[in-house]
Amino acid sequence: MKAIRTRAGLSFRLDVRTTAVVTLLLVAALAASVVLIGTGDFEIPAADVVRTLLGDGDAGQEFIINDLRLPRVLVGLLVGAALGLGGALFQSIARNPLGSPDVLGLGQGSTAGALTMIVLFQGSAVEVAGGALVGGLVTGAAIYLLAWKRGVHGYRLVLVGIGVSAFITAVNSYLLTKADFVDAARAVVWMTGSLNGRDWDQVWPLLALCAVLVPLVLVYGRPLRMLEMGDDVANALGVRVERTRAVLLLASVLLTAAATAAAGPVSFVALTAPQLARRLTRSPGPNLMPAMFMGAALLIVADLASQRAFGADQLPVGVVTGVLGGVYLLWLLVTQRKAGRI
Amino acid sequence: MTPVPAEKPRQELVTPHDQERAAVNRLIADDVTLGYDQRVIAEKLSVEIPDNSFTVIVGPNACGKSTLLRALSRMLKPSAGRVLLDGNVIQSMPAKKVAKTLGLLPQSSIAPDGITVGDLVARGRYPHQGLLRQWSAEDERIVDESMESTGVRELADRYVDELSGGQRQRVWIAMALAQQTPLLLLDEPTTFLDIQHQLDVLDLCAELHEEQGRTLVAVLHDLNHAARYATHLIALRDGAVIAEGAPSEIVTAELVEQTFGIQCQIIDDPESGTPLVIPAARTGRKTLAKAAT
Repeated sequence: MKAIRTRAGLSFRLDVRTTAVVTLLLVAALAASVVLIGTGDFEIPAADVVRTLLGDGDAGQEFIINDLRLPRVLVGLLVGAALGLGGALFQSIARNPLGSPDVLGLGQGSTAGALTMIVLFQGSAVEVAGGALVGGLVTGAAIYLLAWKRGVHGYRLVLVGIGVSAFITAVNSYLLTKADFVDAARAVVWMTGSLNGRDWDQVWPLLALCAVLVPLVLVYGRPLRMLEMGDDVANALGVRVERTRAVLLLASVLLTAAATAAAGPVSFVALTAPQLARRLTRSPGPNLMPAMFMGAALLIVADLASQRAFGADQLPVGVVTGVLGGVYLLWLLVTQRKAGRI
Repeated sequence: MTPVPAEKPRQELVTPHDQERAAVNRLIADDVTLGYDQRVIAEKLSVEIPDNSFTVIVGPNACGKSTLLRALSRMLKPSAGRVLLDGNVIQSMPAKKVAKTLGLLPQSSIAPDGITVGDLVARGRYPHQGLLRQWSAEDERIVDESMESTGVRELADRYVDELSGGQRQRVWIAMALAQQTPLLLLDEPTTFLDIQHQLDVLDLCAELHEEQGRTLVAVLHDLNHAARYATHLIALRDGAVIAEGAPSEIVTAELVEQTFGIQCQIIDDPESGTPLVIPAARTGRKTLAKAAT
């Protein structure tokens, strides 16, 4: 911990390790982005990529980079960041690593919305995204209301979420059985989570949402830290417990639903990114910033792997996030168990 | 018929009389009805916490002592009546303002995974901090002092989950101290501790009361500890005050029987001169109980 104080009376406390982790994750995410943009059917050297991104490339490269590849990478970064942040919020509020949006059925809710649009209405891509957004928000509201009992508490939230998740999974299976062959194929691709064919239309709404929600969430991150010590302690310290929780849950549901609408229910990022982040920072608290950057880095590295590591057969990114995140988390758990801390 | 003017709810009314009372005692529960959902625990309960006292609330299980403490600390809203802090209805005050005046050590507190003692104590500064003033030199000094006066300074870099129960309780008290509130409420601070650590925590409370001039309110189970350490004792039963005052004046065999339903003798504590409750021996208790029926 390092104290930073200015003459004007501003003061902050900086955890050196956390700062280093955030910086490294940012560098990793950016480096993977440059590689991702520079490779593919038409190779572009990294130096040219950077030059073009800074607005000084030739027309041909500019087209490939700015119109074709950059938006996909940006969607990946934003989706990863939103999932990581949303997951960290949910897990902290539930005081349980299993209290992450993908376990609690938000992903299934979005899927139900998307499947409804695909199977029942043969909707366009925009309509499917809209359906996913609405599905996620409705599910979030349902979980909150069902879990409410003089406030929302950890275990209740997790159990209600798992119940809701099971119910919606059944609905989704039913919708799939009703689908014809073409719709079912489209639905399955959507359900795996993929960044294929994402362009600026997905970037702008996500970027706008993040621009509003990320600062809001970071401001509320201070009372959220207090909430980790129990409602009574937080209350005694002057935190408005229920308001803090409601605002953060809403923000988390919005982030998760928007990310899912843009890329499908990319598995495991919301669950693993916060856990990976806190194991790297070794710092208590919700670790919001590290979880956000970890989400972005994880998703973009997974996308790189899914596009480049398997030759001509490109995997949907959701498959790789599951494998990468899961294996990395297991590895950390095993090595840290030896060190005596989980 | 003339329309009746809309009356402000009684809870929100603060009269000049309240202000006068606030000048004497800062924390007052006034005719409060307390309960959860439909279950009423206390009705029309009135309690004043004397300023600069070490007040201890005693009573049998489920008498409403923790509930009263929750109401006094803004955690539970009375369904009728008011809790006044410095002459203001406590619910209508800004949360952080209350947190700068009144601290609480609740029974249920969770030490976050992997937090160090220093970090936990530092969190007590929350009500004094803002978005742009997160860790001032003053914060650092007060956290240091709080750890010093609770004797946990050497533990600053240790993880809270490695500590013994007694040490952990000291750390939580240090956190509440870092909040720097003139009033400090403690809900059963000695539960789950062995006798040595119980005395240790109570000595610490007495020090905070005597040396730092804080007003302390604690819920305790052990009547003898209460009689020894309290300057003001409140005995509760079924949500009503049976007696209140200095332990040497109010602790009698009748009071103990009325409050806890046990027969006892009261003798002078040879160490402190305060009342010492000696419960009747098993046979004596039985015959007395028979005689009473």
